Amino acid sequence: MICCTDGCACTLENCLGGDDIRSLDCGYTAARALAVCAAYSPHIPAHSLLKGSRFASSVRKRAVKRAQCLFIGGGTESGKLTARERILLLLDPDSFDEYDMFVEHRCTDFGMDSSKNKDFTVFGGSLSGAHAQKICKIMDQAAMVGAPVIGLNDSGGARIQEGVESLAGYADIFLRNVLCSGVVPQISLIMGPCAGGAVYSPALTDFTFMVKDTSYLFITGPDVVKSVTNEDVTQEQLGGAKTHTAVSGVAHRAFENDIDALLNLREFFNYLPLSNRDPAPVCECHDPSDRPVPELDTIVPSESAKAYDMLDIIHSIVDEREFFEIMPSYARNIVVGFARMNGRSVGIVGNQPKVASGCLDINSSVKGARFVRFCDAFNIPLITFVDVPGFLPGTAQEYGGIIRHGAKLLFAFAEATVPKITVITRKAYGGAYDVMSSKHLRGDVNYAWPTAEVAVMGAKGAVQIIFRGKEANAEEEYVDKFANPFPAAVRGFVDDIIQPSTTRTRICHDLDVLASKSQSSPWKKHANIPL
Amino acid sequence: MMKEGCNQKMWWDTLCSRWCLITSHKLYSSVYDPNEKTFEKLLIANRGEIACRVIKTCKKMGIKTVAIHSDVDANAVHVKMADEAVCVGPAPTSKSYLNMDAIMEVIRKTRAQAVHPGYGFLSENKEFARRLASEGVTFIGPDTHAIQAMGDKIESKLLAKNAKVNTIPGFDGVVKDADEAVRIAREIGYPVMIKASAGGGGKGMRIAWDDEETREGFRFSSQEAASSFGDDRLLIEKFIDNPRHIEIQVLADKHGNALWLNERECSIQRRNQKVVEEAPSTFLDPETRKAMGEQAVALVKAVKYSSAGTVEFLVDSSKNFYFLEMNTRLQVEHPVTECITGLDLVQEMIRVAKGYPLRHKQADIPINGWAVECRVYAEDPYKSFGLPSIGKLSQYQEPLHVPNVRVDSGIQQGSDISIYYDPMISKLITYGSNRAEALKRMEEALDNYVIRGVAHNISLLREVIIHPRFVQGDISTKFLPEVYPDGFKGHKLTDLERRQLLATAASLYVAQQLRSQRFLGTPRIPIAKSKRSSWELSVHLGDGIYPVAVSKHGSSFFVEVDGMKLNVTSEWNLASPLLSVTIDGTQRTIQRISRNASGETSIQFLGTVYKLQILTKVAAELSKYMPEKAAEDTSSILRSPMPGTVVAVSVKPGDMVSEGQEICVIEAMKMQNSMIAAKTGKVKAVHCKAGDTVGEEDLLVELE
Repeated sequence: MICCTDGCACTLENCLGGDDIRSLDCGYTAARALAVCAAYSPHIPAHSLLKGSRFASSVRKRAVKRAQCLFIGGGTESGKLTARERILLLLDPDSFDEYDMFVEHRCTDFGMDSSKNKDFTVFGGSLSGAHAQKICKIMDQAAMVGAPVIGLNDSGGARIQEGVESLAGYADIFLRNVLCSGVVPQISLIMGPCAGGAVYSPALTDFTFMVKDTSYLFITGPDVVKSVTNEDVTQEQLGGAKTHTAVSGVAHRAFENDIDALLNLREFFNYLPLSNRDPAPVCECHDPSDRPVPELDTIVPSESAKAYDMLDIIHSIVDEREFFEIMPSYARNIVVGFARMNGRSVGIVGNQPKVASGCLDINSSVKGARFVRFCDAFNIPLITFVDVPGFLPGTAQEYGGIIRHGAKLLFAFAEATVPKITVITRKAYGGAYDVMSSKHLRGDVNYAWPTAEVAVMGAKGAVQIIFRGKEANAEEEYVDKFANPFPAAVRGFVDDIIQPSTTRTRICHDLDVLASKSQSSPWKKHANIPL
Repeated sequence: MMKEGCNQKMWWDTLCSRWCLITSHKLYSSVYDPNEKTFEKLLIANRGEIACRVIKTCKKMGIKTVAIHSDVDANAVHVKMADEAVCVGPAPTSKSYLNMDAIMEVIRKTRAQAVHPGYGFLSENKEFARRLASEGVTFIGPDTHAIQAMGDKIESKLLAKNAKVNTIPGFDGVVKDADEAVRIAREIGYPVMIKASAGGGGKGMRIAWDDEETREGFRFSSQEAASSFGDDRLLIEKFIDNPRHIEIQVLADKHGNALWLNERECSIQRRNQKVVEEAPSTFLDPETRKAMGEQAVALVKAVKYSSAGTVEFLVDSSKNFYFLEMNTRLQVEHPVTECITGLDLVQEMIRVAKGYPLRHKQADIPINGWAVECRVYAEDPYKSFGLPSIGKLSQYQEPLHVPNVRVDSGIQQGSDISIYYDPMISKLITYGSNRAEALKRMEEALDNYVIRGVAHNISLLREVIIHPRFVQGDISTKFLPEVYPDGFKGHKLTDLERRQLLATAASLYVAQQLRSQRFLGTPRIPIAKSKRSSWELSVHLGDGIYPVAVSKHGSSFFVEVDGMKLNVTSEWNLASPLLSVTIDGTQRTIQRISRNASGETSIQFLGTVYKLQILTKVAAELSKYMPEKAAEDTSSILRSPMPGTVVAVSVKPGDMVSEGQEICVIEAMKMQNSMIAAKTGKVKAVHCKAGDTVGEEDLLVELE
């Protein structure tokens, strides 16, 4: 069966226990419930129930009635969907086979995707021991068969009434998140308030997406914040989608509403493989792999100090200009995201000259590193566009630990064994040149555009250090000698200097060649990335 | 590098062959006589399409070319096409393309023997022509005397009058009293226009249709003349109701020969700028054409004009024509004349400048077929028929695969449309054996024109050329405001067209969904339980939500919408910017401009871009429960409607402003736009100051 993605996986719904169901009166109209029932699955024939034609026996009648009740979920506060409506939108119609629907306190559905779903409309979505068990069961299964896990989170935290049992439940889930990490892709979609322990499961997964205005993530809510630190802060300011996508970097992207989020998740999922044992998916592609991109020949401004938009380069090179950007509003001096090249999923990393000259700082290094590690874990080739003037200097950065944070990106690129293709569009200065998927870090194919400047630093600074500003013509000489791709090319540090308009053709061809790449690192328990 | 050279050559050959295709019906002048000696090197003192246009002819004639450019134009097409290119200064035209000192320096350095000025910039600058002459460099255009004479409105009118060219009858001077005004008005013939001589443009202009109105007009205008200008003189002139703008192309050599190359109809204008031009005009009969042509030639001979030039006339509804002005340069719209006459005007200009006599006699000048030109601008036609837009052409593809299409452009994919220069993207010219054929081709060409990254006026152009009034030839300079009194709103879909659009959009959606499930070489992805063949969708278009049912049969879709069944067939190439679809036998070329995962899709259909949202029935049903996002209250904030420069800010924080009061002035591409307050209130913050450069949608002023 085909669902939104490529996964043959298991789905778990933990939203409902038999006693938890609210009745039809809480703003949830009968029409909405019936419409969802009808669309949900052929197993729940809403209309035939009313007519009573096929379901003659009283057992059947009870069964269907129960199923319909389940669909009501806890009613709906305005602007949110119920768990089942969410699953309905997330998956392809008719692709969702639901089993065990009638088990009291246990509702396990086998569908294409693996999805654990806490529903805020039932007991505030708080986590009980029973929930946790169900979630763990399905995650174990997902890891075993190699199926991605999607969590639709909408939970107030531990169910206080259940005490330590609930806490234990969280820990069980956290352990599964960690064990599944790097085995199957794990995605969290935050669709309501998520507070306390509930926030750590999303934090452990690969991607966290949020719904604008209706979802929040925080350790403690505004009331507790007020009593502890005496800060006045709203839920939205403390842990809204804007905060987490632009300030904290906790969430990777935010969407307008539940429907928008789920439809985007469907599309996002198509970039990912089922597990670390599967190759990255290849889609049917209508965009010719040898399409020349003439505008790239002139995209880099002649003045070295002038900015341009790296996204323009990315959009024009990838298939059909479609680029799913990850963390578009956070650390915008580095661009990361997924795209396809000749139908093949690729991860793209690029310095963004438009923001802070594309320098590497703490946030952008961490953002890039995490993305690179994800791609490496799931066999997604990496394409890196380099225009980096170096690491950002200053006390703020040094005190913040730019050395160990910058090292994360270096570590991630060096450790990655997926196909790595690098294109130096302009500056590749200093240590940042090494970091950005250079040949020295096992880059497979490293290209330079004619505008590339591979050097220890910019001409002005270099001349000042070497000559203390005494040589008048030194800057020109330096530019001539170093601020071009030749010193790197003669040493084989870049494999070729290419006409920018041919970049797409070259990359597509290289990806074909590298599809069978096999590279390993020395045996170890695990590496010790500088966290 | 070698390879690039080849590509460029191929591209060039294609261009040439296109051109020949158009002019091949009468090739007598496009064949170059290789024995005729000409300039060795020519500098083009211009940029953009006209520079490219001149270079093309130079290449044909074997003349080496020198391009000049500003620093932002370093990668421009005209720079690449020319044999040599020299930077003459920074972006602002006053420092580059109008910088005579720098240009003269380039001429000296490159030893160019002649200069073609194109249009605009220095093309009608007598000082430039004089400086060239003093250094022995040929100016490809008339001599300084003609430029000067025709550049002066009053002198040119006098000259025209003396050459027996019809001028607008009128009186300019002190009018004693109302009776005298009436006498003058009767002499001229009603209707007349009365205004103070000192008032510029249409300011204080009054139209009088009879004696009574003349008296009234006299009273107002003489008062205004005295009080506002301290100058008693009045101008009473024949008022030309619903005028057409028709111009005659002339060509003269230095040996006293002059030809008229028929007319161009340029009545479709917005803000006195031409948008659609054609040749010949539907309005002129052979007698009028001949009369206009002969008068134009008379004027040309009177000023001893040489080179190509244009004599502009206003023509009233009774085919009376009046001299307006003469342009002493190559006009933007010259290609339509080239199409119907087969002459290469640039080549003729160069020949004339070299001193050769014209090779044609008046009797040789034909009208072969019909040509239409649309000026494709980077501007938003929904804002006062076109406010400039800037940006990078992320995708750009000219409709050269449509037969008999000529595109004169100076940009390519990746080019920037900047605030510094004219926002014209290209001139799109189509040719046919008759007008209907040329217009049909134009429709096709506009549908096949891919322009992404900037706003463009394709929608307006397409609406104009299919409008019944235009098709009948019933046009005037007031066409746009008359036809769209409330502003241009895009194409209005008929019921059938709406169904076609909905069916196409829904089919595209399904095609995309189906493709996204086709994975290659991934064995673990299971096959769908049942192959899906029908979809129930809900499409949001404008104010309506339409249920659409799609079922797949082979490569075509059967779409049920509004109780009608349509059959939609296409190759469904989802990467191509152009998509040819056949809907119940009707072929349409559509462009999917954008799509996203939320089902939002914009489709260019019949020239206009429509925004749709396509959802499954269930998602549409559930979307009712999604929260309404509060829209920004736009009445209290003022945003820049286009990119440009702030010329003046007339308020400061704390000021009270009333609705409609001017808050600031933005200048963009030669236009000053007054920004007014949308409501009465107190100014909270001012985010710009005079001299600032602002982008589209930039916040300018906030009200409380």
